[in-house]
Amino acid sequence: MSLDKLDHRGTFTPAPGAAPLSRMVAAQTRMETRLLLRNGEQLLLAVVIPLIVLVGGILAARHFELPLDGRPVDLLTPGVLALAVMSTSFTSLAIATGFERRYGVLKRLGSSPLPRSGLLAGKVGALLVVEAAQLVVLGGAGLLLGWSPEVTAAGLLGALLVVLCATAAFASLGLLLAGTLRAEATLAAANLVYLLLLAGGAVVLPASAYGGVGGSLTWLPSGALGEGMRTALVDGAFPGVDVLVLVVWAVAGTVLTARTFRWE
Amino acid sequence: MTYGDTVAVDGLDLEVARGTVTAVLGPNGAGKTTTLETCEGYRRAQAGRVRVLGLDPQAQRGALLPRIGVMLQSGGAWSGVRAVEMLRHVASLHAHPLDVGLLVERLGLEECGRTPYRRLSGGQQQRLGLAMAVVGRPELVFVDEPTAGMDPQMRRATWQLLQEMRADGVTVVLTTHYMDEAERLADTVHVIDHGRLIATGSPFELTRGTGTSTIRLVVTEPFPPDAPESLRAALGGATDVRPLNPQSLLITGPADASTLATVSAWCQAHGVLPESLSLGQRTLEDVFLQITGRELTS
Repeated sequence: MSLDKLDHRGTFTPAPGAAPLSRMVAAQTRMETRLLLRNGEQLLLAVVIPLIVLVGGILAARHFELPLDGRPVDLLTPGVLALAVMSTSFTSLAIATGFERRYGVLKRLGSSPLPRSGLLAGKVGALLVVEAAQLVVLGGAGLLLGWSPEVTAAGLLGALLVVLCATAAFASLGLLLAGTLRAEATLAAANLVYLLLLAGGAVVLPASAYGGVGGSLTWLPSGALGEGMRTALVDGAFPGVDVLVLVVWAVAGTVLTARTFRWE
Repeated sequence: MTYGDTVAVDGLDLEVARGTVTAVLGPNGAGKTTTLETCEGYRRAQAGRVRVLGLDPQAQRGALLPRIGVMLQSGGAWSGVRAVEMLRHVASLHAHPLDVGLLVERLGLEECGRTPYRRLSGGQQQRLGLAMAVVGRPELVFVDEPTAGMDPQMRRATWQLLQEMRADGVTVVLTTHYMDEAERLADTVHVIDHGRLIATGSPFELTRGTGTSTIRLVVTEPFPPDAPESLRAALGGATDVRPLNPQSLLITGPADASTLATVSAWCQAHGVLPESLSLGQRTLEDVFLQITGRELTS
């Protein structure tokens, strides 16, 4: 304070400038993660529904003696992990971003030193943190229920790549919704698409369970994500085709979003 | 700048000197926010040239943004974020932010520091918005209607903060439709209406520089219809008389004791009973009324 006075500096003497990009992105990631975890509906989507699907699926398979190719828990756990990735990177992100547009958060941050690329990096960072937490909780629940994945290097690398590429693909599609529709419409559409893909998108259940249409479902991002996780963790193989399909969706989604996204 | 067929800002030519407080004064819909948002880089000017700190707000946005602070008219925070948490977040995006605790204290945000944004009152949201605009120690701040919805005490605290910032060398551009705010804070006032600049000057130049003053005449019963013309005739050519509402008139011109006497005599002759007759210096509101024929706030 005394030094300040000697310099004739006041409290508000300008000293503008952006923080280093890495610090801004880290701050944005922390903030977005906290907000994602604070929201009750998001937690429901991220953890509770996948847990119900996992436990319910195992019980149903046992009760109805479903003709599954392998132990239910081994087949369902990778699918539920896939569902968790989809719920966070698509539905949660779309809803959160839709309301950020509505409440002027994107506008406000648009006049802060944080560049748009930094904002996006913060969002992706938050998605990956939440997904890691989901992986621990849901994978842990699977292990408790007797899940024994086929652990190979190719499979683990494959699963990691599938998660990353699916996150990119679904995030770009979620932002496509959030950047063009009103917040309420985004909320409705993101939930509807999630339910449709949960039921008919070959995420939790293998594509082979859908009969004749099963083959075409693997071209959907949901099918590629689910099948990729099963190929990697049930068969221990590298899901090359699924990764490729997800990359194509990610590129297409990103191009479309970049052209249509409205910040206000 | 147009929205559909509506021209929001039309041929506005403004200049702001560094280290001063500039008020852009005008009624709702005058084009104040559009003007500000063009300077902030949110909107591209459809014609003309905009430079802020010598930079093009569109092409050089990345260089400009870290140097300015922006207070939006409303919103700008996540609905679930706590007030101080939001302020800390914005502070962390800047290289040399102000002490968050100090701002919280100065703007009376302690009472709601842990309250989620959606549960803050309008005035609390305004104060948080102002805090977010200044926390990065900007050279230039744009504040849009800074005291709308604030109680008188916080209004004074906000004015004091802005005056202190000016004293410390920050350039302040504010929009307002409160005349007292512009008169109290601004070095320069730009009065705009329908997107056009209609007057520029210091509050002193605008209100007193012309040597005219105003008389407000309020009566107990509505005036007869020809009252303005009749009173103008009684007072002589240099005086302007405008109806404010059925029971009050605004008289603008060179005024002295004889003017008041003439007004009293006119009231008596026309059978109206004055309720109040106040002689005062022109306010910015009077200036606005005189130029546009409309009240600034309605």
